[in-house]
Amino acid sequence: MTTTSTTEAPSASGHLADPDVNYLNNEYGIKSWLLSLDHKRIGLLYLIMTTVFFVVGGIGAALIRIELMTPGGDLLEADTYNKMFTMHGVAMIFFFLIPSVPAVIGNFVLPIMIGAKDVAFPKLNLLSWYCYMVGGGLATFAIIAGGIDTGWTFYTPYSTTYANGYVSVALFGVFINGFSGILTGVNFMTTVHKMRAPGMTWFRLPLFIWAQYATSLIMILGTPVVAITLLLVVLERVFHIGIFDPALGGDPILFQHLFWFYSHPAVYIMIVPGFGVMSEVIACFSRKRIFGYSFVAFSSLAIAVLGFIVWGHHMFTTGQSIYAGMVFSFLTFLIAVPTAVKIFNWTATLYRGSVSMESPMLYAMGFMGLFLIGGLTGLFLSTMATDIHLHDTYFVVAHFHYVMVGGMVMAYLCGLHFWWPKMTGRMYSEVMAKTSAVLIFMGFNLTFFPQFVLGYLGMPRRYHVYPDEFQILHVASTAGATVLGIGYLVLFICLVSSLINGAKAGPNPWGAKGLEWMIESPPTPHNFHETPVVTFEAYAYEEEDTLLPVPGDGQTTGAVSH
Amino acid sequence: MDSTVEHSRPDVGGDHGDHHDGPHIAPMRMYVAIVSLLFLMTAITVCAAFVELGAFGTPVALAIAVFKASIVVLFFMHVRYNTPLMWVFAGAGFFWLLIMFSLTMQDYMTRDWETPVPIEFLDLL
Amino acid sequence: MSSHSENPALQHHFDDLKQQYEAANMGMWAFLAQEIMFFGGLFSGYAVYRYKYLAAFIEGSNHLPIFWGALNTVVLIASSFTVAMAVRAAQLGRAKSLFNWIISTMVLGVAFLGIKSIEYADKYHHGLIPGANFTYDSPMAGQLKIFFSFYFVMTGMHALHMIIGIGLMIWLIPKIRRGAFTAEYYSPIENFGLYWHFVDIVWIFLFPLLYLIGREPWIQL
Repeated sequence: MTTTSTTEAPSASGHLADPDVNYLNNEYGIKSWLLSLDHKRIGLLYLIMTTVFFVVGGIGAALIRIELMTPGGDLLEADTYNKMFTMHGVAMIFFFLIPSVPAVIGNFVLPIMIGAKDVAFPKLNLLSWYCYMVGGGLATFAIIAGGIDTGWTFYTPYSTTYANGYVSVALFGVFINGFSGILTGVNFMTTVHKMRAPGMTWFRLPLFIWAQYATSLIMILGTPVVAITLLLVVLERVFHIGIFDPALGGDPILFQHLFWFYSHPAVYIMIVPGFGVMSEVIACFSRKRIFGYSFVAFSSLAIAVLGFIVWGHHMFTTGQSIYAGMVFSFLTFLIAVPTAVKIFNWTATLYRGSVSMESPMLYAMGFMGLFLIGGLTGLFLSTMATDIHLHDTYFVVAHFHYVMVGGMVMAYLCGLHFWWPKMTGRMYSEVMAKTSAVLIFMGFNLTFFPQFVLGYLGMPRRYHVYPDEFQILHVASTAGATVLGIGYLVLFICLVSSLINGAKAGPNPWGAKGLEWMIESPPTPHNFHETPVVTFEAYAYEEEDTLLPVPGDGQTTGAVSH
Repeated sequence: MDSTVEHSRPDVGGDHGDHHDGPHIAPMRMYVAIVSLLFLMTAITVCAAFVELGAFGTPVALAIAVFKASIVVLFFMHVRYNTPLMWVFAGAGFFWLLIMFSLTMQDYMTRDWETPVPIEFLDLL
Repeated sequence: MSSHSENPALQHHFDDLKQQYEAANMGMWAFLAQEIMFFGGLFSGYAVYRYKYLAAFIEGSNHLPIFWGALNTVVLIASSFTVAMAVRAAQLGRAKSLFNWIISTMVLGVAFLGIKSIEYADKYHHGLIPGANFTYDSPMAGQLKIFFSFYFVMTGMHALHMIIGIGLMIWLIPKIRRGAFTAEYYSPIENFGLYWHFVDIVWIFLFPLLYLIGREPWIQL
């Protein structure tokens, strides 16, 4: 474990020169993983568990899509169907999407990118993983024991009065899981402020760090609100305290206010770190400095702040005041501005760049297109008049899947492919990776584009039966989901087989810039042999003099000589 | 914000200027003064509750509470002597709370307003 | 880098104690921002229902004893003072004094919880606890139940934070006796102090919002 190490003492430099010691093999045994304080190992712990929950959520999705192939309820009962889409939503949102980029990729590369040995509070980092595990365990127990049928939003009064008895357990699990996000947020924010290497000024930070910083802001200020709200629902269920009970004068819509105060910004917890990944990958594979660095950096913060003032657009068709709806509608349009700034800047970065289409870049291109569609269809939903028609239809489902899966999951996979050689020290098969990227892109579009049409024609969400005329579109969607599933399978095989027979990755297989590419792959337990001194800007792809000595034999200092 | 001020690495030559020796240690009489003021404000807020202030009752009680909280934050929690960045950290939570309050209340406070479309028009539809 | 071998309190991934201190301080403030929003959810709910059901909230508030509430405010402010003095003693490296101030804080914290439990017991006797024995008879009983739900959830969450704070002191005391804190390293004491002050601030808002609504003499019940 890192804390027991005394390698900081200058006299231990002989030990550090050993090129074969890295964070994966410096200690062995299950305990060295489960009690590890090393941010890189904790990142891998998160990687394994988020993948497990991705599979759980994926099973739910598969059953939903199979059921919807026919207009009647052939495979699943109505109740079972409700439980399936709840399981899909809870597992995917709370236990896969929210922790994936921040806790997996962020944990792994954030301290390295800023030249630190670890995050500011390694013990809290480990604690956050355990919060995640306990929360995930409780939610899984609720799913297995009796299932939950409230939908992932737990709307009152259904969740407080009518739904079955395992809702409290699931809510408590999500409550505990919230602390995992809060601790990660506190940790990353402090780390970015206080642990940067000498010379690593704010405007030399990679944009991934800016994105993570903005995400931490949302995690710290948003998550506690949903925590207390879900606790109130548990109290309402167990003690019938009446806060959300209309029979006593309680207002169920208050739950929606408090819930969406977190859960709308939570959308940005999912997507903003993905934006950060995009900036890294697009700059690297265009061999150009990112266009308008400071605009991209501040647009992350702008999204984080604006994200908190738009939540009422989820409630246009509830009893919310129509005047409040107008305010929320207007504010929602504002958020398109910083988002568009990012898309335009990435496009401008590509312009006249030396673009090469390695697999991370393929995912990045997929992200750009899909997220654009997801974002633009959001404008239909933030307009009150059109939202009345589209609310709670498959149009909404398609919209947020374009943002969450087409945007966020593509960005996550993009980042995973980009930093995989750094994490594992191995290269994956480029052919397989590209195949899976193409399959996922095509499968995704075939799955969700028909749902825009379905929603526009009036197919509501969360029904397991539907009129016959919708069948052709549903069959197309299910066929697409099959292709998508095969794509994920190819991806999984590709990455796992790289661990077995992948070629050794050098320290910098992509020729990328940034501190993480100046150390060994996989990194040594303390990342750097000595604290790097940063004398260069981020994304210095076009400047000859910052071409760095590539470390090959563990002798590198990771610092730029000047 | 200027990253070099808040950051401190001894091996960065001349990159940061605020070498003060340890934290600011306030004199004991300051703490006594603050706690006395807090007791006084508690007495005032209880008395004010029994005075007929009409619509101003709640704002007065809240103003006193905000004042008490502010001096706790500034003096007991040492924000007064901390860096500007920590002022931002201390204020951020309250600012976000204000966002949540105002946007939630703008819903409840406008629910009883008349509908924007006159009711005659609805009949025509 | 020489300080690495000098102070055992310095963790491996920090360069020096100053960096470690600043990180701990900032982390604590970030955590407190989180706490503000945690209670903020309750305060928002409170604001909504107070706006909707002011009459019921006035009636409910008049069932709360001002004397005990005010006394608890005084007790908690006093404990805020003692913990501020504890931090000052730690800054000056006075271990004995630090120990005494922490013990005083703990005594005051327990006193607060004692008074709170007197109030809770009183509510139980009057049948005013939603979920346990709410037997209030009034046309506004439902709305009053909501008021008392907020009263118990808010003060209960606050009391839970007090209990956690007392637990933290129990954890700190052996360390203090061992001499783990010096004028160079006292972050845990300072952070505990920040936490305790925050709990005090929550009460500073809870007291007028719960106990002091509609106490004007002209209000007829």
